[in-house]
Amino acid sequence: MLYRENGQIKTSYRADQQILPIEQDRHAMLALLVTASVLIPSLASDYVLRAIGIPFLIMSLAALGVNILVGYCGQISLGSGAFMAIGAYGAFNLMARIPDMPLIPALLLGGFFAMIYGIGFGLPSLRVKGLYLAVATLAAQFFSDWLFLRVKWLTNHSSSGSVSVGNLHVGSLPIETPIQKYLFCLAFVIFFALIAKNLVRSAVGREWMAIRDMDVAAAVIGIRPTYAKLSAFAVSSFIIGIAGSLWAFVHLGAWEPAAFSVEISFRLLFMVIIGGMGSIMGGFLGAAFIVLLPIFLSQALPAVGGVFGFAISTATIAHIETMIFGGLIVWFLIVEPHGLSKLWSLGKQRLRIWPFPH
Amino acid sequence: MSFFLETLFGGLMAGMLYALVALGFVLIFKASGVFNFAQGAMVLFAALAMARFSEWIPQWFGIGSALVANVLAFLMAGLCMVLIAWLVERLALRYLVNQEGATLLMATLGISYFLDGLGQTIFGSNIYQINIGMPKDPVFILEQAFEGGLLINKEDLYAALIAAVLVATLSVFFQKTATGRALRAVADDHQAALSIGIPLNRIWVIVWSVAGVVALVAGMIWGSKLGVQFSLATVALRALPVLILGGLTSVPGAIIGGLIIGVGEKLSEVYLGPLVGGGIEIWFAYVLALVFLLVRPQGLFGEKIIDRV
Repeated sequence: MLYRENGQIKTSYRADQQILPIEQDRHAMLALLVTASVLIPSLASDYVLRAIGIPFLIMSLAALGVNILVGYCGQISLGSGAFMAIGAYGAFNLMARIPDMPLIPALLLGGFFAMIYGIGFGLPSLRVKGLYLAVATLAAQFFSDWLFLRVKWLTNHSSSGSVSVGNLHVGSLPIETPIQKYLFCLAFVIFFALIAKNLVRSAVGREWMAIRDMDVAAAVIGIRPTYAKLSAFAVSSFIIGIAGSLWAFVHLGAWEPAAFSVEISFRLLFMVIIGGMGSIMGGFLGAAFIVLLPIFLSQALPAVGGVFGFAISTATIAHIETMIFGGLIVWFLIVEPHGLSKLWSLGKQRLRIWPFPH
Repeated sequence: MSFFLETLFGGLMAGMLYALVALGFVLIFKASGVFNFAQGAMVLFAALAMARFSEWIPQWFGIGSALVANVLAFLMAGLCMVLIAWLVERLALRYLVNQEGATLLMATLGISYFLDGLGQTIFGSNIYQINIGMPKDPVFILEQAFEGGLLINKEDLYAALIAAVLVATLSVFFQKTATGRALRAVADDHQAALSIGIPLNRIWVIVWSVAGVVALVAGMIWGSKLGVQFSLATVALRALPVLILGGLTSVPGAIIGGLIIGVGEKLSEVYLGPLVGGGIEIWFAYVLALVFLLVRPQGLFGEKIIDRV
């Protein structure tokens, strides 16, 4: 009874095309936004914000970018870590070389560099797909690993490629405390989530999905594969690049090339799989899952071990964590290939017709 | 000149190990169309099992002879790989039949994480040695031809020999035995093979077991050369360009691709590396594969798949 669209009559095209057509959804979204922007910062401790809140937000943003490429356009990418690195080091170079470079333009330009890199390594997608493309994007990953380790100019001649930024501020507002950082990231996430949501609803989003579902048929009905694929690479790597620069600037503060290794690419892909491919919500759910799971396991495993009377070392916890990750990936692919967001939408579907089964 | 040849040989030896890992990929891809990302994890798992069993077996059974202990360890590690093959088929693959290639790829990515974790949980995550008694002293050959001769590791020669025997055995297995024929039938057409009574599930178990044994041999050679540790799992990533170069469906392609990549990596590192700051072997293979991909997507020996993009 609570979640029902009966009686909510659309009287204009505008009303019919809004993002959340059901009133209860709009209220829920409003409540969510208020929770995220007011309740959480005022209630959560600094530790929670630093260890969970900020990583979650930034990883959601990155997963959003990956989802556009992998979930909406069907181009497998294992090079997301590289795009994040390009964004981070691009923004770093701007900050280091241009005096008084404002923060937000630096981050956006970091995303822009990542976009160019992404389009470059997206070019093979015009010739090959699937597994072969995965290899091409891995090339992007290893090339960027090398680039920031060896090309000293890019890291401002630091010996090991490790760099740091400090004294972040937007205008006269400093971004120093966890709350400020959290809100700063939140603003980016909300902004890009809205843009992404609208993009995938628009003509270009439908082109991506058509290419994903069947590229030959898409080409036959007049969609240009070149344009669709490269635009997906561009948008996706732009968003991933911004997430990368946020990860480096806001979350890490000081970082080295290893922070954006192939491992992070895999993790982002897992977020998309677990969260749900081809769903904006999926990125958030997947990011929450992957960020929270290690924290949960590091708390739960020693407790479980304690019950059975043996101590579990941190190394073992890490190994069990990878095992659980791997197992969950396979399990999700078998049981629910569309991820957590599908479960969510199934739940909503059930609620809409409740108490009737059909 | 002798320096060039030594580099070349070093490359060939490294390439052969890549080829062995790539061979495992090719076997599975040929027989089931699954791009097995977990091959690297299987190499790590097999090598860990081998290293630890050869250490434990003398303690368990009081066997003094290193040879017997090694053979037993090899057999037990092989058994582990067969068990893994069976579990993979039982728990994952059979539910994923007829899914898209991308889904299967990601499933094997999951399997690879699982195996990484499992192997290190059971066998520990330190650096272990595999000592199968390969001579480590280098020899000089062709001393008349060049001044100082060529410095070659005997170990490398033995490793090459083992690999050659393995490949020869595999080709005989594929060409001459009934199981081998069944494997090739499944590779050609799943449904046709099923309809003439070839049990698909069993074939999968067999092919994953064979890939597991190949992984074991690769892990054994690699482990006795450089020790067994986690970085072994990343060998899979080094083997991907080999596959692209050699073709996903060709056993000779895997071998030749491996050798080309190995040599290319070493030569580029030695001769091009200093010009651009070194360390280019990390991406050289990938860029080579990428360029190759644009020219000839099916690889040197792969079947031409007509696939409009």
